[in-house]
Amino acid sequence: MDNIAIVGVAQTKYERRKKDKTYYDLVFEMTKGVLEDSGLTLEDIDNVITVSNDFLDGRTISSMAVGEAAGAGDKNISTVEGDGTFGAFYGAMRVLGGFNTTLVVAHSKGSEGDVKHITNGMFDPIFQRLLGLEAISASALQANAYMDRYGVREESFARVSVKNHANAKNNPYAHLPMELTIEDVMASQKMADPIKLLDCSPVSDGAAAIIIANEAHARKAKTKPVWIKGIAHCAEEYFLGDRDLTNPKSLRDAAKRAYAMAGIADPLKSLDVVELYDAFSYMEPLWLEGLGLCNPGDGPKLLDDGITTMSGALPVNPSGGVLSSHALLVAGLARIIEAVLQLRGEAENRQVEGAKTGLAHGINGPCGQSHCVWILGTEK
Amino acid sequence: MATERDYGELLTLTFSTPMPYEWSIGKYGSLFFHEIRESQRFTGIRCPQCGKVYVPPRRLCAPCFKELDELIILPNLGSIMAFSVVNYPFPDPATGEQRPIPYTYGCIKIEGSDNIFNHVIDETNVEKIAVGMKVAAVFKGKEEMQGNIQDIRHFRILG
Repeated sequence: MDNIAIVGVAQTKYERRKKDKTYYDLVFEMTKGVLEDSGLTLEDIDNVITVSNDFLDGRTISSMAVGEAAGAGDKNISTVEGDGTFGAFYGAMRVLGGFNTTLVVAHSKGSEGDVKHITNGMFDPIFQRLLGLEAISASALQANAYMDRYGVREESFARVSVKNHANAKNNPYAHLPMELTIEDVMASQKMADPIKLLDCSPVSDGAAAIIIANEAHARKAKTKPVWIKGIAHCAEEYFLGDRDLTNPKSLRDAAKRAYAMAGIADPLKSLDVVELYDAFSYMEPLWLEGLGLCNPGDGPKLLDDGITTMSGALPVNPSGGVLSSHALLVAGLARIIEAVLQLRGEAENRQVEGAKTGLAHGINGPCGQSHCVWILGTEK
Repeated sequence: MATERDYGELLTLTFSTPMPYEWSIGKYGSLFFHEIRESQRFTGIRCPQCGKVYVPPRRLCAPCFKELDELIILPNLGSIMAFSVVNYPFPDPATGEQRPIPYTYGCIKIEGSDNIFNHVIDETNVEKIAVGMKVAAVFKGKEEMQGNIQDIRHFRILG
């Protein structure tokens, strides 16, 4: 693969309701922000990817409403309807395909629609949607199957919530920085057994953007380039019942391909920091298993042994993760941005000292139907 | 000099008109619901290549990318693979009315099939549900049935 790099990042603060901002405002502000960060001008950008979802925006072909705010008036523009990691993946492919610089911008305002109805809308309308399944209840089934298969206890999930909400206190962009105890999480409102309120991510409003450039154009940017060493995404079956929910097969496949591209044989040794898509607390250990950082069923042990804490050998979600800020679609792009800030050494209070190789991860579809894995590095 | 402008109260606009939609259920899906109404039984379909049986029936075995046509009758029995007792309010998508909480979702393996079927289990006490328990489908009365997934009332734990 040719050398390509992320040369600019921008994100909003994530919060429950941005009543003073339209989608257009958010996309415009992020476009301005990411150009400012990179030191590039709009003239340096030759194509744009927007990321949006029509149900979330309450608008058909929602992408058409934000193109100009993304500075794409006279540029080649295209759209990804899915998580921001997938939008960025398409952006990277376009740079590899001959464009010089891609600006990727994602936005969502969960506060304007009804996210339970919107995630209910993910499911097959004939056999599943009428039952009322949506993101929380479907994830509860996955968490239950995971616990049953490996004897995982609810307290292990609670521990993830405690860690990530505490990490969020070091992240000025986070929606829910909180000092919690395992008891707080265990005693929080029962949502759908075994998931409790503090095992769930919030629904946030927010937006984010990055610029991906080829090697020649990366030199024009004022930032320290963060090189894309490996990227892959894989998907599995649509119906929950066709999948083994306790074995994230598509994540295993995506991780294997991304590691191979990046020349990583032992990810636990090679990676310095991980930002993953923990929409619910149980997802962190399950995705760590899928990423091959431990054996199946041993995900919770990584935290029990302190490995994934800020002072451990491989900090996971120093930003507080998706558990503490969850703007749908934007959250995966935020994982890439957080990894970039770590590798630039600009993560301030949440900095992992000396981080040189980072992993960012995003998901699409219920219970992680598809996964996108990014390996980023400070060296070409 | 620019000064802080007073924009007054921030306004919003609410849209609440229904946007109706008519989904085709397809041939195999229609047959699945007809069999439930006529004979109160499930229909599956077998892949000629890997032998996997899917319920409800569909045209394609995705891993084999093989078109399916061997329909088979399945019993109304299954076992619980995963479950969740739901405690937060969410309207019944079929009616828009708030359904009583709690209620229980189940991942159910129908006997003789190889994938997992999602539906509701008629038990909301977590202590009384366990993975591996046998369940049986309970159907609505024939005259109440509408040719949709709610023609199955729920699954009942056996024994």
